[in-house]
Amino acid sequence: MQGPSGEGATPEAEAPEAEAPVRGKRWIAGRHERAEEGTAVPSASAATAVTGDAEAARRRAQRRAERITAGATELEQRLVDLLRGGLAGAGQAGDALWEETAARMVDAQAPGLAARARELGSIPSSGPGWPVRLLEECALLHLLDQGWLRREELPDGLAATVRARVGLQATADGPPVRDDWLVLAQYDTADARLTTRRVWLYGPESDRTVLLLSYGAAGRAPELTLPVGLALDAEVSAYPGGAGRRRAALGRRFAPPRPARTRPGGLTTSQAAARYGDALRDDPWLDSVPVTLDRVVPVPDGDGWQLADADGDTALPLTRTAGSGSGLWRLVALAGGAPVTVFGECGHRGFTPLTAWPAGPGPAVPLC
Amino acid sequence: MTRTPAFTDTPAPAAATVRESASRPTLPAPPVVPAAEPGAWEGLVTSALLGTDRRTPPGGERGPGAAAALLDAAAAETVRRRAGLRPARAARRPVPAPEDHRPPLPGPAARRLTMLLTDRPGPAGGGRRGSAPDLMELLPQWLATANARGFAAPPQALPALLDAARGRTDLRPAALTFAGPRALWLARLNPDWRFALRAAQGGVAELSGPGAAERVRQLWDEGLFAERVALLASLRARDPAGARELLASTWATERAEDRLMFCDSLRTGLEAEDEPFLEQALTDRSRNVRATAAELLSALPRSALAARMAARAATCVSLDRTLSPPAIVVEAPHECDAGMERDGVTARPPGGRGERSWWFGQLVEAAPLTTWADRLGGRTPEEIVALPVADGWQSELHAAWCRAAVRQRDGAWARALLGAPTAPEAGGPGAVSLAERAKLLGTLDAAERAEWVAGFIATHGLSEAFQLLGMCAVPWAAPLGRAVVDALNIARDAGSYPWSFSGVMGLAERCLDPSEAGRLDGLLAIPDEPEDASPGAGGYWAEAFHRLVRTLRLRAEMDGELRAG
Repeated sequence: MQGPSGEGATPEAEAPEAEAPVRGKRWIAGRHERAEEGTAVPSASAATAVTGDAEAARRRAQRRAERITAGATELEQRLVDLLRGGLAGAGQAGDALWEETAARMVDAQAPGLAARARELGSIPSSGPGWPVRLLEECALLHLLDQGWLRREELPDGLAATVRARVGLQATADGPPVRDDWLVLAQYDTADARLTTRRVWLYGPESDRTVLLLSYGAAGRAPELTLPVGLALDAEVSAYPGGAGRRRAALGRRFAPPRPARTRPGGLTTSQAAARYGDALRDDPWLDSVPVTLDRVVPVPDGDGWQLADADGDTALPLTRTAGSGSGLWRLVALAGGAPVTVFGECGHRGFTPLTAWPAGPGPAVPLC
Repeated sequence: MTRTPAFTDTPAPAAATVRESASRPTLPAPPVVPAAEPGAWEGLVTSALLGTDRRTPPGGERGPGAAAALLDAAAAETVRRRAGLRPARAARRPVPAPEDHRPPLPGPAARRLTMLLTDRPGPAGGGRRGSAPDLMELLPQWLATANARGFAAPPQALPALLDAARGRTDLRPAALTFAGPRALWLARLNPDWRFALRAAQGGVAELSGPGAAERVRQLWDEGLFAERVALLASLRARDPAGARELLASTWATERAEDRLMFCDSLRTGLEAEDEPFLEQALTDRSRNVRATAAELLSALPRSALAARMAARAATCVSLDRTLSPPAIVVEAPHECDAGMERDGVTARPPGGRGERSWWFGQLVEAAPLTTWADRLGGRTPEEIVALPVADGWQSELHAAWCRAAVRQRDGAWARALLGAPTAPEAGGPGAVSLAERAKLLGTLDAAERAEWVAGFIATHGLSEAFQLLGMCAVPWAAPLGRAVVDALNIARDAGSYPWSFSGVMGLAERCLDPSEAGRLDGLLAIPDEPEDASPGAGGYWAEAFHRLVRTLRLRAEMDGELRAG
């Protein structure tokens, strides 16, 4: 089964790199969250303070940026060529052409661009409605290319988002936030090379939902395991990026995880849809946002399912991949036609339920 | 990567959303946002499909810059559309599931259930399992205990329970009882689980209260075959006369294969009052129905058919007192007359059997066993079985008596025919086969059964014991359990591989009393290998005993979890 669509359907964009010239990249990044909060040191003065090592790192980073720029420029040309000739011909060209482009983006050290290019190759065979999806993805890749090429002109948060989407690794250098983090969901997705584990945490004190990513070699489970329903007294630090970016790193832990007593507060379906729309302002490439729905009922709707407000007449459709399989049936059984609380990812493909709580007392039920 | 035509995809409010937020710093790219009118997106898609060289995008420029402009516009429009998505209208909600009033499972038991339901057999099914317990095999026992203690299933476990019951019909009754009313509600939503609805229909709950008679009549007249069989069975349990009347009311119009099943369903709770109905069925058009009716009648020792068969059988068997010691002499029937056929005797023997011995066997099998004490000088069953039989008729006669003892559930005769478990002929192919012995054991009570099988294993070992063990009540009584463990120990010392005994091992894991686990500690070490042993066998035996002990401990744990309610 294909995993739920995560924050960015492109794990490569966030994959670890072997030897990342971290400090140089930070220089390129110029600033991080603290910068956005107004305590920024101008990047020029930061540059004057660097040592010889840092100078070398800076040069490496600059060469890399130049390669990415060359890659983005080449991609732009490919997209323009495609649009001039028409998407109708994209099916015949096959995905070999895009594979080759993706390989060049890997060479250009832009894994985020590479993943998007690869995905373009698979869309013509993805079933009815593919031209619309292909145009959307072409347009969003174009938007990312343009964002990179003009990153100097962007507001700081958006520029950081663009760098992360392109695939530059950053460090989680946001201020540590201590909370009694509730483990909302944990699930793995895998491709031929890599197993990606996503863990969603919610901090009741800070009212923040953050995403921890960890990786394992193909076929192996990543090391970090946080079972759903536990609470973890720990610090997390955000990665740079706009408010739409929720990725964080787990820092100090103050106690072993223990069963959680609280649940996240929830929204209505309308509020959830609005939250996704709002998040696109800071990250237009976002496929979904984490949302807890309160008092919703799973309802069959034609071939699929939806989550309907218990106290209203609106509903969010479940994504196609979520609308089948054992997770859906656990959700339906748990609800029994009555309202439940559901955490999941809400985006343009619909809602992907990940965890549910019964209306009465009872532990969290993982759905993925 | 298919995209659900997700939310209400209305262009107008979508545009409104973007206009609202237009004052905030948003997207980097398009300096011009050309298309906010309805249909603008469709225009972009059309141009993109055909290519900007052939179709200029709406409101765009011609020439080489057209493609880039189209991408700009499409990017803005894509984000606009996504940002403006609104929830859809809710579909009709299902009727809520009925309440389950049973107490919820204790937490540890609920977690255990999840483990039992998610356990998958190892790779290349049927391979060696190592020392890990086979959890799926413990599910039936777990369900029986949970049902006996009246717990409700956790709702989120219902899909896995229904899937398990779907794959294994032997699990269905216990799984569906445990799953409760919410599982039936759930089964209506998923065609994979229809079997649960079929199994539940005709349930006793529907057959009581006001209007019950009409509902019964309607279900009997209109129901599916399986529903009608279930209805007849549940009605028969409470109101045998009513069930017979119902069956008689439509008997003449039922199909032959249905008549056979209905007739066979009288086997449960067979009583003297069934005789008139069965006697009538002896003239049925279908040979199978006739045979079944005759078989059931012969299980009623006071029935007219039983008396007729007794008279026929008695003429074939006599005691020759002139011999020393006295012996039984058999004179098999010379013909199968119409009366015998009417009473269920099959005239044509299966290939390779003589007609006369075939007819003889059927007569003796259907005759009440009380016939023989009178006929053979007032002897007890033991004395009769011990009598010599002249001219090689012993196996034919004893086999027929075995079938009669099983059919008439006659413990005294079963005991006599089984003989002493330690007798040398009990282990080999004697007059009474192992399959017949297993059936005879079924007529004895649980303690006597266990004792007999324990004695058998102590004398003859495990190689022939599997079928007999299957007849014994779970958990095994202490003497039986010890006999099995001792025999396994002997088999190990003999140097064979444990998988020669995998069937018995598997039974032991499920059936041995968990309190016996402590006795097995001595078997867990890898023994010194005797010279004639199969290479490495000792290690495999240690592994097999480890699994046995771990499974027993697990069963004890599971039982404890279900007690902590």
